[in-house]
Amino acid sequence: MLGVAGTVPHPGFPLTEGAVEISSDILRIDGLEVPVNRGTPALLAAAWAVAQVMGRQAPHAWLVGDQGLGHGSRSLYAHMESVLPSREMDVLAFHYLQPDADWHGRVLLAVQAMAEQPLLVADAGFQYVAKMCGEAPAYDLFFPDAGELAFLADEKAPHPFYTRGFLLADGHDVLEMAARAWEHGNAARRLLVKGLADHLLELDASSGEVQVLASVESPVVEALEAVGGTGDTLTGMTAALMEAGLDMTDAALAAMRANRLAGALSSASPATSIAHIIGYLPRALDQALAMS
Amino acid sequence: MRNLLQRFRAAKERNKKTRGRSLLVFEHTGEVIQAEKILKSHGLKTRVMGPPPEIRTGCDMVVEVPMVEELQVLKLLAEADLEPLTVRPVDGPLLEPVSLYQVKDFGDHLMVRAANMKLTVDKKSRVIVNVSGGGCPDVPYVAALIVGRTLEEAPSPRDLGSTLCGYALHLAYEEVCRLCSA
Repeated sequence: MLGVAGTVPHPGFPLTEGAVEISSDILRIDGLEVPVNRGTPALLAAAWAVAQVMGRQAPHAWLVGDQGLGHGSRSLYAHMESVLPSREMDVLAFHYLQPDADWHGRVLLAVQAMAEQPLLVADAGFQYVAKMCGEAPAYDLFFPDAGELAFLADEKAPHPFYTRGFLLADGHDVLEMAARAWEHGNAARRLLVKGLADHLLELDASSGEVQVLASVESPVVEALEAVGGTGDTLTGMTAALMEAGLDMTDAALAAMRANRLAGALSSASPATSIAHIIGYLPRALDQALAMS
Repeated sequence: MRNLLQRFRAAKERNKKTRGRSLLVFEHTGEVIQAEKILKSHGLKTRVMGPPPEIRTGCDMVVEVPMVEELQVLKLLAEADLEPLTVRPVDGPLLEPVSLYQVKDFGDHLMVRAANMKLTVDKKSRVIVNVSGGGCPDVPYVAALIVGRTLEEAPSPRDLGSTLCGYALHLAYEEVCRLCSA
């Protein structure tokens, strides 16, 4: 089973958990509805599309309303600390949550108390707090874009907002930046770096070199960089494909391809909404899986 | 020897920058954003900075103010019902917020990235068409309130955001406004 923890931008949305269902750009969970426009609902919509295509059960989500004040995130952290040790998950993905060092540590301990260790995936705020706490190596996969890779490479920055300029400037080599992140223990076991080309990277422990496990460069849809939610769909598809039994490299490769194909099929412009692109994901996934 | 001299000069320069400054610590990042707005509107020389390591919790920043103006600062904040948790002298270099922007011109659209946040605007209509990036929960919240509105109509992300991502989005928004008015 794939479990996803995150927030929705509606302060009154109560802490809830259950299987999700998507229809007509609306996410339904435990009798509640939330529009799929970006953030964790976009991640879940992409994961749900994978589950449909692969004939898997729908993703299980933990959701709560939070508009940035952190109250919702903290209630979700507390709930997960209490329920996770008795749960069984194949893949566990943490997403838009208020970074909180103390709560991150408590949730990670709860994960480590699970009988079977799930594959651990972190994106968005949880990726930030994992790095800030020096716990990045406890995760299997992070999803940084260029700015976030610079943050992971900056051993002094507690948040991307404080990434030093010499690392943030254009023109850095992705492999050098990833190597720097691993050198300081600030990267997950693998990194899926999003950009003009997408790469799945790993540090080869014996040689100390960064290995490129998979890369996707086409189709090129430059507009996707501007569309909010395209990183979320990539995370959702990768996690769901891993849950469906693909190994991480094959899952990442298919997800990287499908994300770009969906962008191309939807004729995405910088003004396109992610909800529009998500409608093309099933077709894009079929095409991407056929390439494998 | 030369290296040692350079390091000594750099340390002296850092000390000069922090001397005579105080930092205000608030319970929440959203209060920092509001405090900075109030103090700047009164012409005070304030800066939003990263907190020293011993008080970092996850998503936070502090307000740096001139020490000699501390009393006036506290009075202005009290009038706005904003009370810092602590006020302390700056005794070492603080992390500086991002100050580099990446700009991408898509033809009809312009995208600005500040740190991990990207904001895209239609150059002709000045409508904000997309917000991308970030990881704190206020990003989807702010995006829902500003996407589809013109730069003039949209509320400032600083007024809506509560986290460092929200603040980075505000910096991208300010840069877009600057570029679109040039």
